[in-house]
Amino acid sequence: MPRIARADVERVASLARLSVSDEEADRLAAELDSLLEYVETLRQVDTDGIEPTSHVIPMATPMRHDRSVPGLDPELALANAPERHGSAFVVPKVIEGEDEG
Amino acid sequence: MSEPLATLGSLRAALDSGAVSSADLVEACVTRARASQESLHAFAGLRAEGARADAQAADARRARGELRSPLDGLPVAIKDNMVQAGELTTCASRILEGFVSPYTATAVARLEQAGAIAIGRTNMDEFAMGSSTEHSVYGPARNPWDRERTPGGSSGGSAAAVAAGVVPGALGSDTGGSIRQPASLSGVVGLKPTYGRVSRWGLVAFASSLDQVGVLAHTAADCAWLLEAIAGHDSRDSTSLPEPVPRYSEALGGDVSGLVLGLPREYFVEEGGDPEVLSAVREAVSELERAGAKVREVSLPHTRYAVATYYLIATAEASSNLARYDGVRYGHRAAGVRNLADMYQRTRSEGFGNEVKRRIILGTYVLSAGYYDAYYRKAQQVRTLLRRDFEEAFRDCDAIATPTSPETAFRIASKTDDPLTMYLSDIYTVSANLAGIPGVSIPCGFAKGLPVGLQLLGRALDEATLLRIADAFQRRTDHHRQRPPEAP
Repeated sequence: MPRIARADVERVASLARLSVSDEEADRLAAELDSLLEYVETLRQVDTDGIEPTSHVIPMATPMRHDRSVPGLDPELALANAPERHGSAFVVPKVIEGEDEG
Repeated sequence: MSEPLATLGSLRAALDSGAVSSADLVEACVTRARASQESLHAFAGLRAEGARADAQAADARRARGELRSPLDGLPVAIKDNMVQAGELTTCASRILEGFVSPYTATAVARLEQAGAIAIGRTNMDEFAMGSSTEHSVYGPARNPWDRERTPGGSSGGSAAAVAAGVVPGALGSDTGGSIRQPASLSGVVGLKPTYGRVSRWGLVAFASSLDQVGVLAHTAADCAWLLEAIAGHDSRDSTSLPEPVPRYSEALGGDVSGLVLGLPREYFVEEGGDPEVLSAVREAVSELERAGAKVREVSLPHTRYAVATYYLIATAEASSNLARYDGVRYGHRAAGVRNLADMYQRTRSEGFGNEVKRRIILGTYVLSAGYYDAYYRKAQQVRTLLRRDFEEAFRDCDAIATPTSPETAFRIASKTDDPLTMYLSDIYTVSANLAGIPGVSIPCGFAKGLPVGLQLLGRALDEATLLRIADAFQRRTDHHRQRPPEAP
């Protein structure tokens, strides 16, 4: 039985803010299913009591002085904005159901 | 002039003797980059005017006797995932179309400070996700040895540009083999340093616990110069290592006597690998033995789990890193949207290509509620075992020798329909990223006219030993002097 159905792909895609067509969802379901089948091989490994590795080189978290330093120039930060207003990024309405301004 | 450019070392000698100027070199690079673009597609964009101005400044420094470093005035190329202030960076993705960086990546800034001149951005798999440079919004890059084949990936544009003599050296990034595999398939040297040796500041993040900036060139000696320039601590990358940077170029004496090379038995299995690749790699090991190295078998027993471990960790981290592309602050934004949620969804769906979407969805799945322990945590535990394999092996040897890739350059479009087949082409390279150790691929022969790479893996922070072995091999062989045929 496949691990992944089209509905799973649609659910995960929506968590990732991606939309997929029915055709894409079917293709992705088959591909993810075969990838997950492949990674199932990890079940063969006994990892009882093994610490997970999240960082490969042992090092202490570096600290810095709590001093203010110059940040990015606002004009530079806004230079790539798809839409801006003064020193703000403009985005579409966040809340649905209200009249368009 | 459209002659292939030589090594960094010989170009520096030509500059020193006054035979050429930096302006001449940059002009030659730009001309050759343009001439090769149709057949190789190695570049995402050129910065001809900026490079010309940089060359004039370098020539003026030289005239005043104020050279900044051995790299001063030499042209290089930068993978399209490292930012340079005022220049485009797109990661070969539609979602970053038109993005002009407000700042410069540390590795690029250090090359600039050394006087090296960036002539352009190299083609890559979108967000460095791929092994063939086919998943690019610019279209596939091609292998100079056979234009029907891929140069490997994801730093395939950098590898092709160096192999074809367009630039003498280039920066790449390596998350699971993305420098070493294209170096192998294109017949150049590619070095992935220890995780944390080079700052990741300004490298667009793919999988943050695996990503590392590295270099591609024709020789180990050239790589030593480039690495010396870009390595070292950077307070803007909290994972960058504080250890001082050795003079790698001074570690190259040609002598490997007494060094012990480990051959992992799990990497020399006949099934799955091209026998001609294995025999070229075995012959390279014999050459190093004749140079005085000792060879012994070692074991890396968890090797067969490396690709599965890698794809779980890399996709999980990618799904998190790529959440930032939302159409709000930069890059592509979908038109005619209903509301914010619709903008996010349509921007991302239009902006990302299929391979990136596939990995984001897999990564989101393995991190989602109920699956985290079974997939992500399990992979991190196996990662610990893979690291221990190397710690154990390095008790018995100074470096590990393997094939870089199980095969030579493969045909364009031959693997794009089957993601798992493409992922398995990284089988010999992903372990070094999971363990954080350095690795280098060097040209070690040919199989049916296509380059074969020897991979050397070393202890953490021991790039010097890898470069020393690679350099000794290149002093005794001429594989790295072979050049691909010129385009018809």
